[in-house]
Amino acid sequence: MSTDAKPAGLTKRDGGINWATLRGDFPILHETVNGHPLVYLDSAASSQKPRQVIDAIRHHYEHHNANVHRGIHELSNRATEAYEAARQRVAEFINANSRDEIVFTRGTTEGLNLVAQTWALENLREGDTILLTEMEHHSNLVPWQMLAQRIGAQLDFIEITGDDGELDLQWLDEQLARARLLSLTHISNTLGTVNPVVEICARARDAGVVTVVDAAQSAGHTPVNVQSIGCDFLAFSGHKTCGPTGIGVLYGRRELLEAMPPYQGGGEMIAKVEYRDVTFNVVPHKFEAGTPNVAGAVGLHAALDYLDAIGRDSIFEHDQRLAKRACEQLGEIDGIRLFGPSEGRSAVMSFILPDVHALDLATMADQKGVALRAGHHCNQPLLAKLGVPATARASFYFYNTEDEVDRFIEVIHHVRKLFA
Amino acid sequence: MTTFLDTTIDKLIENFDFLNDWEERFAYLIELGKKLPPLSEAEMTDEHRIHGCQASVWLRMLPQSDGTFDIHADSDAFIVKGLIAVLLLIYSEKTAEQILDTDSTATFERLGLDKHLSPTRRNGLHSMVSRIQALAAESTAQTV
Repeated sequence: MSTDAKPAGLTKRDGGINWATLRGDFPILHETVNGHPLVYLDSAASSQKPRQVIDAIRHHYEHHNANVHRGIHELSNRATEAYEAARQRVAEFINANSRDEIVFTRGTTEGLNLVAQTWALENLREGDTILLTEMEHHSNLVPWQMLAQRIGAQLDFIEITGDDGELDLQWLDEQLARARLLSLTHISNTLGTVNPVVEICARARDAGVVTVVDAAQSAGHTPVNVQSIGCDFLAFSGHKTCGPTGIGVLYGRRELLEAMPPYQGGGEMIAKVEYRDVTFNVVPHKFEAGTPNVAGAVGLHAALDYLDAIGRDSIFEHDQRLAKRACEQLGEIDGIRLFGPSEGRSAVMSFILPDVHALDLATMADQKGVALRAGHHCNQPLLAKLGVPATARASFYFYNTEDEVDRFIEVIHHVRKLFA
Repeated sequence: MTTFLDTTIDKLIENFDFLNDWEERFAYLIELGKKLPPLSEAEMTDEHRIHGCQASVWLRMLPQSDGTFDIHADSDAFIVKGLIAVLLLIYSEKTAEQILDTDSTATFERLGLDKHLSPTRRNGLHSMVSRIQALAAESTAQTV
Protein backbone atom coordinates (compact mmCIF):
# COMPACT_ATOMS: atom_id res chain seq x y z
CA MET A 1 0.00 0.00 0.00
CA SER A 2 1.16 3.53 -0.59
CA THR A 3 1.51 5.57 2.54
CA ASP A 4 1.51 8.84 0.57
CA ALA A 5 2.87 10.76 3.52
CA LYS A 6 3.00 14.20 1.96
CA PRO A 7 3.61 17.09 4.34
CA ALA A 8 0.28 18.88 4.80
CA GLY A 9 2.15 21.95 5.99
CA LEU A 10 4.34 22.25 2.89
CA THR A 11 3.65 25.77 1.64
CA LYS A 12 5.71 28.28 -0.23
CA ARG A 13 6.96 31.66 0.87
CA ASP A 14 9.11 34.00 -1.21
CA GLY A 15 9.48 31.24 -3.79
CA GLY A 16 10.93 28.85 -1.16
CA ILE A 17 9.59 26.53 1.51
CA ASN A 18 7.66 28.12 4.34
CA TRP A 19 9.34 26.18 7.13
CA ALA A 20 7.10 27.53 9.88
CA THR A 21 3.93 25.94 8.44
CA LEU A 22 5.58 22.49 8.45
CA ARG A 23 5.43 22.63 12.22
CA GLY A 24 1.68 22.08 11.95
CA ASP A 25 2.46 18.48 10.97
CA PHE A 26 4.24 17.81 14.29
CA PRO A 27 1.75 17.51 17.18
CA ILE A 28 4.46 17.34 19.84
CA LEU A 29 5.97 20.70 18.86
CA HIS A 30 2.87 22.35 20.32
CA GLU A 31 3.55 21.00 23.80
CA THR A 32 4.06 23.32 26.74
CA VAL A 33 7.07 22.54 28.93
CA ASN A 34 7.35 24.05 32.41
CA GLY A 35 4.84 26.70 31.39
CA HIS A 36 6.67 27.69 28.19
CA PRO A 37 6.23 26.73 24.55
CA LEU A 38 8.57 23.83 23.77
CA VAL A 39 11.73 24.72 21.84
CA TYR A 40 13.05 21.31 20.87
CA LEU A 41 16.79 21.44 20.17
CA ASP A 42 17.68 17.79 20.66
CA SER A 43 16.96 16.30 17.25
CA ALA A 44 20.47 14.84 17.01
CA ALA A 45 19.41 12.51 19.83
CA SER A 46 15.97 11.82 18.37
CA SER A 47 13.86 13.69 15.86
CA GLN A 48 10.17 14.38 16.33
CA LYS A 49 7.54 12.61 14.21
CA PRO A 50 5.05 14.18 11.83
CA ARG A 51 1.40 13.16 12.04
CA GLN A 52 1.83 11.35 8.70
CA VAL A 53 4.23 8.87 10.32
CA ILE A 54 2.05 8.41 13.39
CA ASP A 55 -0.99 7.88 11.12
CA ALA A 56 0.85 5.33 8.97
CA ILE A 57 1.69 3.23 12.04
CA ARG A 58 -1.86 3.51 13.31
CA HIS A 59 -3.24 2.60 9.87
CA HIS A 60 -0.99 -0.45 9.79
CA TYR A 61 -2.22 -1.72 13.15
CA GLU A 62 -5.84 -0.95 12.33
CA HIS A 63 -5.90 -2.52 8.86
CA HIS A 64 -2.83 -4.58 7.94
CA ASN A 65 -1.32 -6.12 11.04
CA ALA A 66 -0.28 -9.77 10.89
CA ASN A 67 3.02 -11.62 10.75
CA VAL A 68 4.98 -11.29 7.53
CA HIS A 69 6.37 -13.65 4.88
CA ARG A 70 4.79 -16.94 5.88
CA GLY A 71 1.09 -16.24 5.92
CA ILE A 72 -1.45 -17.50 3.44
CA HIS A 73 -4.21 -15.16 4.52
CA GLU A 74 -5.03 -11.66 3.32
CA LEU A 75 -3.74 -9.69 6.31
CA SER A 76 -0.40 -11.44 6.24
CA ASN A 77 -0.12 -10.63 2.54
CA ARG A 78 -0.88 -6.98 3.24
CA ALA A 79 1.67 -6.82 6.06
CA THR A 80 4.31 -8.52 3.89
CA GLU A 81 3.64 -6.12 1.03
CA ALA A 82 3.87 -3.12 3.34
CA TYR A 83 7.10 -4.40 4.90
CA GLU A 84 8.76 -5.13 1.56
CA ALA A 85 7.50 -1.86 0.08
CA ALA A 86 9.28 -0.10 2.96
CA ARG A 87 12.48 -1.96 2.05
CA GLN A 88 12.11 -0.84 -1.57
CA ARG A 89 11.54 2.76 -0.37
CA VAL A 90 14.72 2.66 1.74
CA ALA A 91 16.70 1.35 -1.25
CA GLU A 92 15.47 4.32 -3.31
CA PHE A 93 16.15 6.74 -0.43
CA ILE A 94 19.85 5.88 -0.33
CA ASN A 95 20.11 4.78 -3.99
CA ALA A 96 21.07 1.17 -3.33
CA ASN A 97 21.24 -1.10 -6.37
CA SER A 98 18.54 -3.36 -5.05
CA ARG A 99 16.24 -3.78 -2.08
CA ASP A 100 18.10 -7.02 -1.36
CA GLU A 101 20.93 -4.82 -0.08
CA ILE A 102 18.69 -3.38 2.65
CA VAL A 103 18.65 -5.14 6.03
CA PHE A 104 16.21 -3.86 8.64
CA THR A 105 17.75 -3.51 12.09
CA ARG A 106 16.82 -1.88 15.40
CA GLY A 107 18.94 1.14 14.59
CA THR A 108 22.42 2.31 13.64
CA THR A 109 23.98 0.60 16.65
CA GLU A 110 22.66 -2.80 15.65
CA GLY A 111 23.73 -2.25 12.04
CA LEU A 112 27.31 -1.52 13.10
CA ASN A 113 27.38 -4.47 15.50
CA LEU A 114 26.06 -6.69 12.74
CA VAL A 115 28.97 -5.79 10.44
CA ALA A 116 31.47 -6.24 13.29
CA GLN A 117 30.08 -9.63 14.31
CA THR A 118 29.61 -11.05 10.80
CA TRP A 119 31.75 -9.62 8.01
CA ALA A 120 34.57 -8.47 10.28
CA LEU A 121 34.59 -11.52 12.55
CA GLU A 122 34.73 -13.77 9.48
CA ASN A 123 37.34 -11.78 7.55
CA LEU A 124 39.66 -10.10 10.04
CA ARG A 125 42.54 -11.90 11.72
CA GLU A 126 44.87 -11.36 14.64
CA GLY A 127 47.13 -8.38 14.00
CA ASP A 128 44.78 -6.76 11.44
CA THR A 129 44.02 -3.07 11.85
CA ILE A 130 40.58 -1.47 12.05
CA LEU A 131 40.72 2.23 11.21
CA LEU A 132 38.25 4.60 12.91
CA THR A 133 38.24 8.33 13.58
CA GLU A 134 38.60 10.16 16.89
CA MET A 135 35.07 11.54 16.60
CA GLU A 136 33.14 8.26 16.53
CA HIS A 137 30.04 7.79 18.64
CA HIS A 138 30.47 4.95 21.16
CA SER A 139 28.28 2.79 18.89
CA ASN A 140 30.94 3.00 16.18
CA LEU A 141 33.77 2.42 18.64
CA VAL A 142 32.76 -0.14 21.24
CA PRO A 143 31.65 -2.86 18.75
CA TRP A 144 35.11 -2.64 17.14
CA GLN A 145 36.85 -2.69 20.53
CA MET A 146 34.89 -5.82 21.44
CA LEU A 147 35.82 -7.46 18.14
CA ALA A 148 39.47 -6.40 18.42
CA GLN A 149 39.71 -7.87 21.92
CA ARG A 150 38.16 -11.11 20.75
CA ILE A 151 40.37 -11.72 17.70
CA GLY A 152 43.50 -9.77 18.64
CA ALA A 153 43.05 -7.04 16.04
CA GLN A 154 44.13 -3.46 16.70
CA LEU A 155 42.48 -0.08 16.35
CA ASP A 156 43.92 2.98 14.65
CA PHE A 157 42.35 6.44 14.54
CA ILE A 158 42.22 9.29 12.06
CA GLU A 159 42.92 12.24 14.34
CA ILE A 160 40.99 15.49 14.58
CA THR A 161 42.79 18.77 14.12
CA GLY A 162 41.39 20.52 17.22
CA ASP A 163 38.26 22.38 18.34
CA ASP A 164 37.25 22.92 14.71
CA GLY A 165 36.68 19.17 14.50
CA GLU A 166 38.09 18.50 11.04
CA LEU A 167 39.71 15.16 10.27
CA ASP A 168 43.45 15.30 9.74
CA LEU A 169 43.79 13.36 6.48
CA GLN A 170 47.48 13.95 5.87
CA TRP A 171 48.40 10.41 6.99
CA LEU A 172 45.29 8.76 5.53
CA ASP A 173 47.05 6.78 2.79
CA GLU A 174 49.64 5.44 5.26
CA GLN A 175 46.89 4.54 7.70
CA LEU A 176 44.82 2.87 4.97
CA ALA A 177 47.85 0.88 3.83
CA ARG A 178 47.93 -0.75 7.28
CA ALA A 179 44.14 -1.23 7.64
CA ARG A 180 41.66 -3.87 6.55
CA LEU A 181 38.48 -2.01 7.48
CA LEU A 182 37.57 1.66 7.91
CA SER A 183 34.45 2.71 9.79
CA LEU A 184 33.63 6.38 10.11
CA THR A 185 30.80 8.76 10.75
CA HIS A 186 29.35 10.89 7.97
CA ILE A 187 28.36 13.71 10.34
CA SER A 188 29.71 14.03 13.88
CA ASN A 189 27.01 13.97 16.58
CA THR A 190 29.08 16.26 18.80
CA LEU A 191 31.10 18.51 16.50
CA GLY A 192 28.70 18.87 13.58
CA THR A 193 31.55 18.13 11.15
CA VAL A 194 30.45 16.83 7.75
CA ASN A 195 33.21 14.42 6.80
CA PRO A 196 34.32 14.08 3.15
CA VAL A 197 33.12 10.48 2.95
CA VAL A 198 33.21 10.33 -0.87
CA GLU A 199 36.91 11.18 -0.96
CA ILE A 200 37.79 9.00 2.03
CA CYS A 201 35.88 5.97 0.73
CA ALA A 202 37.48 6.36 -2.71
CA ARG A 203 40.96 6.34 -1.18
CA ALA A 204 40.00 3.37 1.00
CA ARG A 205 38.74 1.48 -2.04
CA ASP A 206 42.03 2.11 -3.85
CA ALA A 207 43.81 0.64 -0.83
CA GLY A 208 41.51 -2.40 -0.78
CA VAL A 209 39.99 -1.40 2.57
CA VAL A 210 36.34 -2.23 3.30
CA THR A 211 34.34 0.86 4.32
CA VAL A 212 31.49 1.32 6.79
CA VAL A 213 29.66 4.67 7.08
CA ASP A 214 27.67 5.69 10.16
CA ALA A 215 24.93 7.85 8.63
CA ALA A 216 22.89 8.28 11.83
CA GLN A 217 23.28 12.07 11.80
CA SER A 218 23.19 12.50 8.03
CA ALA A 219 20.51 10.29 6.47
CA GLY A 220 17.62 12.55 7.47
CA HIS A 221 19.49 15.82 6.96
CA THR A 222 21.30 15.64 3.64
CA PRO A 223 21.14 13.48 0.50
CA VAL A 224 22.86 10.16 1.19
CA ASN A 225 23.66 8.10 -1.90
CA VAL A 226 25.53 4.86 -1.24
CA GLN A 227 26.66 4.57 -4.86
CA SER A 228 28.19 8.01 -5.03
CA ILE A 229 29.72 7.61 -1.56
CA GLY A 230 31.07 4.28 -2.74
CA CYS A 231 30.95 2.63 0.69
CA ASP A 232 30.57 -1.09 1.35
CA PHE A 233 28.22 -0.71 4.32
CA LEU A 234 26.13 2.17 5.66
CA ALA A 235 23.86 2.29 8.70
CA PHE A 236 21.22 4.72 9.91
CA SER A 237 18.33 4.93 12.37
CA GLY A 238 14.65 5.55 11.76
CA HIS A 239 14.11 7.66 14.85
CA LYS A 240 16.63 10.33 13.79
CA THR A 241 14.94 10.62 10.38
CA CYS A 242 11.40 11.45 11.56
CA GLY A 243 10.58 7.74 11.75
CA PRO A 244 9.77 5.55 14.75
CA THR A 245 12.22 4.18 17.31
CA GLY A 246 13.32 0.57 17.08
CA ILE A 247 13.79 0.48 13.30
CA GLY A 248 17.00 1.09 11.44
CA VAL A 249 18.74 0.21 8.23
CA LEU A 250 21.95 -1.50 7.30
CA TYR A 251 22.94 -1.22 3.67
CA GLY A 252 25.54 -3.70 2.45
CA ARG A 253 26.93 -4.31 -1.00
CA ARG A 254 25.29 -7.44 -2.30
CA GLU A 255 28.40 -9.58 -2.78
CA LEU A 256 29.54 -8.80 0.75
CA LEU A 257 26.13 -9.56 2.27
CA GLU A 258 25.93 -12.83 0.37
CA ALA A 259 29.35 -13.97 1.58
CA MET A 260 28.64 -13.05 5.20
CA PRO A 261 27.45 -15.52 7.84
CA PRO A 262 24.11 -14.76 9.54
CA TYR A 263 23.99 -12.56 12.64
CA GLN A 264 21.33 -14.23 14.75
CA GLY A 265 19.49 -17.51 14.28
CA GLY A 266 15.75 -18.05 14.38
CA GLY A 267 12.64 -17.89 12.26
CA GLU A 268 12.52 -15.94 8.99
CA MET A 269 16.26 -16.29 8.36
CA ILE A 270 16.19 -19.94 7.29
CA ALA A 271 15.42 -21.75 4.04
CA LYS A 272 15.38 -25.29 5.42
CA VAL A 273 15.88 -26.66 8.93
CA GLU A 274 16.56 -30.23 10.03
CA TYR A 275 17.42 -31.33 13.56
CA ARG A 276 21.15 -31.16 12.90
CA ASP A 277 21.39 -28.97 9.85
CA VAL A 278 20.15 -25.68 8.49
CA THR A 279 20.19 -23.89 5.15
CA PHE A 280 19.99 -20.12 5.47
CA ASN A 281 17.60 -17.88 3.63
CA VAL A 282 18.80 -15.52 0.89
CA VAL A 283 19.84 -11.92 1.57
CA PRO A 284 18.59 -9.76 3.15
CA HIS A 285 16.32 -12.21 5.03
CA LYS A 286 19.16 -14.27 6.46
CA PHE A 287 20.04 -11.23 8.62
CA GLU A 288 16.51 -10.73 9.94
CA ALA A 289 15.87 -13.49 12.46
CA GLY A 290 12.50 -13.46 14.18
CA THR A 291 9.42 -11.38 13.55
CA PRO A 292 10.64 -8.01 12.33
CA ASN A 293 9.45 -4.55 13.37
CA VAL A 294 6.82 -4.34 10.61
CA ALA A 295 5.03 -1.29 11.99
CA GLY A 296 8.41 0.40 12.41
CA ALA A 297 9.26 -0.24 8.76
CA VAL A 298 5.87 1.13 7.71
CA GLY A 299 6.46 4.25 9.82
CA LEU A 300 9.93 4.64 8.36
CA HIS A 301 8.48 4.40 4.84
CA ALA A 302 6.14 7.30 5.66
CA ALA A 303 9.02 9.28 7.19
CA LEU A 304 11.19 8.90 4.10
CA ASP A 305 8.26 9.95 1.86
CA TYR A 306 7.78 12.96 4.09
CA LEU A 307 11.45 14.00 4.01
CA ASP A 308 11.75 13.56 0.25
CA ALA A 309 8.59 15.62 -0.38
CA ILE A 310 10.42 18.50 1.31
CA GLY A 311 13.76 17.59 -0.26
CA ARG A 312 16.93 16.76 1.65
CA ASP A 313 18.89 19.45 -0.21
CA SER A 314 16.44 22.03 1.10
CA ILE A 315 16.54 20.53 4.59
CA PHE A 316 20.33 20.78 4.68
CA GLU A 317 20.21 24.41 3.50
CA HIS A 318 17.70 25.21 6.25
CA ASP A 319 19.87 23.36 8.81
CA GLN A 320 22.86 25.42 7.75
CA ARG A 321 20.94 28.69 7.92
CA LEU A 322 19.91 27.95 11.50
CA ALA A 323 23.42 26.75 12.40
CA LYS A 324 24.94 29.94 11.04
CA ARG A 325 22.48 32.13 12.95
CA ALA A 326 23.14 30.22 16.18
CA CYS A 327 26.94 30.17 15.71
CA GLU A 328 27.06 33.91 15.06
CA GLN A 329 25.09 34.72 18.20
CA LEU A 330 26.93 32.17 20.35
CA GLY A 331 30.22 33.56 19.05
CA GLU A 332 29.37 36.95 20.57
CA ILE A 333 29.51 35.48 24.09
CA ASP A 334 32.85 36.34 25.67
CA GLY A 335 34.90 33.28 26.55
CA ILE A 336 32.61 30.72 24.89
CA ARG A 337 34.26 27.63 23.46
CA LEU A 338 32.36 26.56 20.35
CA PHE A 339 33.28 23.22 18.80
CA GLY A 340 33.15 22.18 15.17
CA PRO A 341 33.91 23.81 11.84
CA SER A 342 32.81 27.36 11.15
CA GLU A 343 31.83 26.60 7.55
CA GLY A 344 29.81 23.83 5.91
CA ARG A 345 28.78 22.30 9.19
CA SER A 346 25.62 20.47 10.17
CA ALA A 347 23.12 21.91 12.64
CA VAL A 348 24.62 20.09 15.63
CA MET A 349 26.62 22.43 17.84
CA SER A 350 28.47 21.80 21.06
CA PHE A 351 29.79 24.54 23.27
CA ILE A 352 31.00 25.42 26.74
CA LEU A 353 30.13 28.68 28.43
CA PRO A 354 32.85 30.33 30.51
CA ASP A 355 30.61 30.67 33.57
CA VAL A 356 27.87 28.01 33.49
CA HIS A 357 28.36 24.24 33.52
CA ALA A 358 26.69 22.45 30.60
CA LEU A 359 24.42 20.46 32.93
CA ASP A 360 23.35 23.58 34.79
CA LEU A 361 22.61 25.31 31.50
CA ALA A 362 20.52 22.39 30.20
CA THR A 363 18.61 22.13 33.50
CA MET A 364 17.80 25.85 33.64
CA ALA A 365 17.01 26.03 29.90
CA ASP A 366 14.51 23.22 30.44
CA GLN A 367 12.77 25.43 32.99
CA LYS A 368 12.22 27.82 30.07
CA GLY A 369 10.99 25.08 27.75
CA VAL A 370 14.23 24.81 25.76
CA ALA A 371 15.36 21.19 25.30
CA LEU A 372 19.16 20.98 25.13
CA ARG A 373 21.52 18.11 25.77
CA ALA A 374 24.47 18.18 28.13
CA GLY A 375 27.13 15.60 28.82
CA HIS A 376 29.53 13.53 26.79
CA HIS A 377 27.08 12.70 23.94
CA CYS A 378 28.41 9.12 23.78
CA ASN A 379 31.76 10.60 22.77
CA GLN A 380 33.84 10.18 25.94
CA PRO A 381 37.24 9.71 24.24
CA LEU A 382 36.59 12.74 21.99
CA LEU A 383 35.72 14.95 24.96
CA ALA A 384 38.78 13.67 26.83
CA LYS A 385 40.88 14.60 23.80
CA LEU A 386 39.32 18.08 23.77
CA GLY A 387 39.99 18.24 27.51
CA VAL A 388 36.40 18.84 28.61
CA PRO A 389 34.19 16.75 30.92
CA ALA A 390 30.92 17.77 29.25
CA THR A 391 29.52 20.12 26.64
CA ALA A 392 26.09 21.60 26.05
CA ARG A 393 24.65 20.67 22.68
CA ALA A 394 21.92 22.24 20.59
CA SER A 395 20.81 20.44 17.46
CA PHE A 396 18.36 21.84 14.95
CA TYR A 397 16.13 20.28 12.31
CA PHE A 398 13.88 21.57 9.57
CA TYR A 399 10.97 22.12 11.96
CA ASN A 400 13.02 24.60 14.00
CA THR A 401 12.74 28.27 13.17
CA GLU A 402 14.92 31.37 13.31
CA ASP A 403 12.72 32.58 16.18
CA GLU A 404 13.64 29.46 18.13
CA VAL A 405 17.34 30.11 17.56
CA ASP A 406 16.82 33.60 18.99
CA ARG A 407 14.84 32.23 21.93
CA PHE A 408 17.65 29.74 22.64
CA ILE A 409 20.19 32.57 22.74
CA GLU A 410 17.90 34.70 24.92
CA VAL A 411 17.56 31.80 27.39
CA ILE A 412 21.35 31.37 27.50
CA HIS A 413 21.73 35.04 28.47
CA HIS A 414 19.00 34.67 31.08
CA VAL A 415 20.66 31.60 32.63
CA ARG A 416 24.07 33.28 32.69
CA LYS A 417 22.58 36.07 34.78
CA LEU A 418 21.36 33.51 37.34
CA PHE A 419 24.89 32.21 37.76
CA ALA A 420 26.59 35.60 37.76
CA MET B 1 30.40 21.74 59.87
CA THR B 2 27.48 22.96 57.84
CA THR B 3 27.19 26.42 59.46
CA PHE B 4 28.42 27.96 56.19
CA LEU B 5 25.08 26.99 54.67
CA ASP B 6 23.36 29.20 57.24
CA THR B 7 20.20 27.10 57.22
CA THR B 8 18.73 23.80 58.42
CA ILE B 9 16.91 21.14 56.47
CA ASP B 10 13.58 22.29 57.97
CA LYS B 11 14.24 25.90 56.97
CA LEU B 12 15.23 24.72 53.52
CA ILE B 13 11.94 22.84 53.11
CA GLU B 14 10.06 25.94 54.30
CA ASN B 15 11.91 28.18 51.81
CA PHE B 16 11.28 25.74 48.99
CA ASP B 17 7.59 25.83 49.79
CA PHE B 18 7.60 29.60 49.73
CA LEU B 19 9.21 29.86 46.26
CA ASN B 20 6.92 30.17 43.28
CA ASP B 21 8.33 27.86 40.69
CA TRP B 22 11.13 25.46 39.93
CA GLU B 23 13.26 28.05 38.25
CA GLU B 24 13.35 29.93 41.56
CA ARG B 25 14.01 26.72 43.49
CA PHE B 26 16.89 25.81 41.21
CA ALA B 27 18.22 29.36 41.59
CA TYR B 28 18.04 28.86 45.37
CA LEU B 29 19.93 25.55 45.06
CA ILE B 30 22.55 27.34 42.98
CA GLU B 31 22.97 29.96 45.73
CA LEU B 32 23.36 27.18 48.32
CA GLY B 33 25.88 25.49 46.05
CA LYS B 34 27.93 28.66 45.88
CA LYS B 35 28.32 28.56 49.69
CA LEU B 36 29.82 25.08 49.60
CA PRO B 37 33.55 25.18 50.39
CA PRO B 38 35.44 23.71 47.43
CA LEU B 39 37.60 20.62 47.68
CA SER B 40 41.24 21.16 46.86
CA GLU B 41 42.66 19.82 43.58
CA ALA B 42 44.56 17.24 45.63
CA GLU B 43 41.28 15.86 47.01
CA MET B 44 39.73 15.50 43.58
CA THR B 45 41.14 12.03 43.01
CA ASP B 46 39.56 8.96 41.50
CA GLU B 47 39.30 7.47 44.98
CA HIS B 48 36.90 10.23 46.03
CA ARG B 49 35.10 10.47 42.71
CA ILE B 50 31.51 9.27 42.59
CA HIS B 51 30.63 7.64 39.30
CA GLY B 52 27.06 7.44 38.15
CA CYS B 53 26.65 11.21 38.21
CA GLN B 54 26.50 13.18 34.95
CA ALA B 55 28.59 15.93 36.49
CA SER B 56 31.90 15.26 38.20
CA VAL B 57 31.39 14.72 41.94
CA TRP B 58 33.99 14.11 44.65
CA LEU B 59 33.12 13.25 48.23
CA ARG B 60 35.08 12.68 51.45
CA MET B 61 33.90 11.71 54.94
CA LEU B 62 36.17 12.85 57.74
CA PRO B 63 35.67 11.15 61.13
CA GLN B 64 35.58 13.55 64.09
CA SER B 65 36.68 12.86 67.66
CA ASP B 66 33.07 12.78 68.88
CA GLY B 67 32.24 9.89 66.55
CA THR B 68 30.46 11.98 63.94
CA PHE B 69 31.48 12.59 60.35
CA ASP B 70 32.15 15.79 58.51
CA ILE B 71 31.23 15.40 54.86
CA HIS B 72 33.18 17.36 52.27
CA ALA B 73 31.98 17.22 48.69
CA ASP B 74 32.27 19.20 45.51
CA SER B 75 31.17 19.21 41.89
CA ASP B 76 31.92 21.16 38.74
CA ALA B 77 28.19 21.91 38.28
CA PHE B 78 26.40 24.33 40.61
CA ILE B 79 23.00 22.64 40.77
CA VAL B 80 24.83 19.49 41.83
CA LYS B 81 26.68 21.53 44.46
CA GLY B 82 23.25 22.69 45.66
CA LEU B 83 22.10 19.09 45.91
CA ILE B 84 25.28 18.25 47.81
CA ALA B 85 24.39 21.07 50.23
CA VAL B 86 21.00 19.42 50.82
CA LEU B 87 22.74 16.11 51.50
CA LEU B 88 25.13 17.78 53.96
CA LEU B 89 22.17 19.22 55.85
CA ILE B 90 20.75 15.72 56.09
CA TYR B 91 23.89 13.65 56.75
CA SER B 92 26.82 15.77 57.91
CA GLU B 93 27.79 15.85 61.61
CA LYS B 94 26.03 12.57 62.27
CA THR B 95 27.41 9.28 63.56
CA ALA B 96 27.68 6.26 61.32
CA GLU B 97 24.61 4.72 63.00
CA GLN B 98 22.60 7.91 62.47
CA ILE B 99 23.70 8.08 58.84
CA LEU B 100 22.67 4.49 58.23
CA ASP B 101 19.34 5.09 60.00
CA THR B 102 18.50 8.22 58.03
CA ASP B 103 16.38 7.70 54.97
CA SER B 104 16.64 10.80 52.80
CA THR B 105 13.83 9.71 50.46
CA ALA B 106 11.16 11.39 52.59
CA THR B 107 13.11 14.66 52.65
CA PHE B 108 13.55 14.63 48.88
CA GLU B 109 9.83 14.00 48.55
CA ARG B 110 9.00 16.93 50.83
CA LEU B 111 11.28 19.13 48.72
CA GLY B 112 9.62 17.81 45.56
CA LEU B 113 13.03 16.79 44.26
CA ASP B 114 11.76 13.28 43.54
CA LYS B 115 9.42 14.70 40.90
CA HIS B 116 11.42 17.62 39.56
CA LEU B 117 14.81 16.11 39.03
CA SER B 118 15.44 14.25 35.80
CA PRO B 119 15.80 10.47 36.22
CA THR B 120 19.54 10.70 35.49
CA ARG B 121 19.93 13.36 38.19
CA ARG B 122 17.95 11.23 40.64
CA ASN B 123 20.36 8.39 39.89
CA GLY B 124 23.26 10.74 40.59
CA LEU B 125 21.71 11.82 43.89
CA HIS B 126 21.12 8.18 44.76
CA SER B 127 24.79 7.41 44.00
CA MET B 128 25.86 10.14 46.44
CA VAL B 129 23.57 8.83 49.21
CA SER B 130 24.82 5.28 48.56
CA ARG B 131 28.43 6.43 48.86
CA ILE B 132 27.78 8.28 52.13
CA GLN B 133 26.02 5.24 53.61
CA ALA B 134 28.63 2.82 52.28
CA LEU B 135 31.45 4.84 53.85
CA ALA B 136 29.49 4.96 57.12
CA ALA B 137 28.91 1.20 57.02
CA GLU B 138 32.60 0.62 56.30
CA SER B 139 33.59 2.62 59.38
CA THR B 140 31.25 0.65 61.68
CA ALA B 141 32.58 -2.61 60.26
CA GLN B 142 36.10 -1.48 61.10
CA THR B 143 35.30 -0.51 64.69
CA VAL B 144 33.43 -3.73 65.53
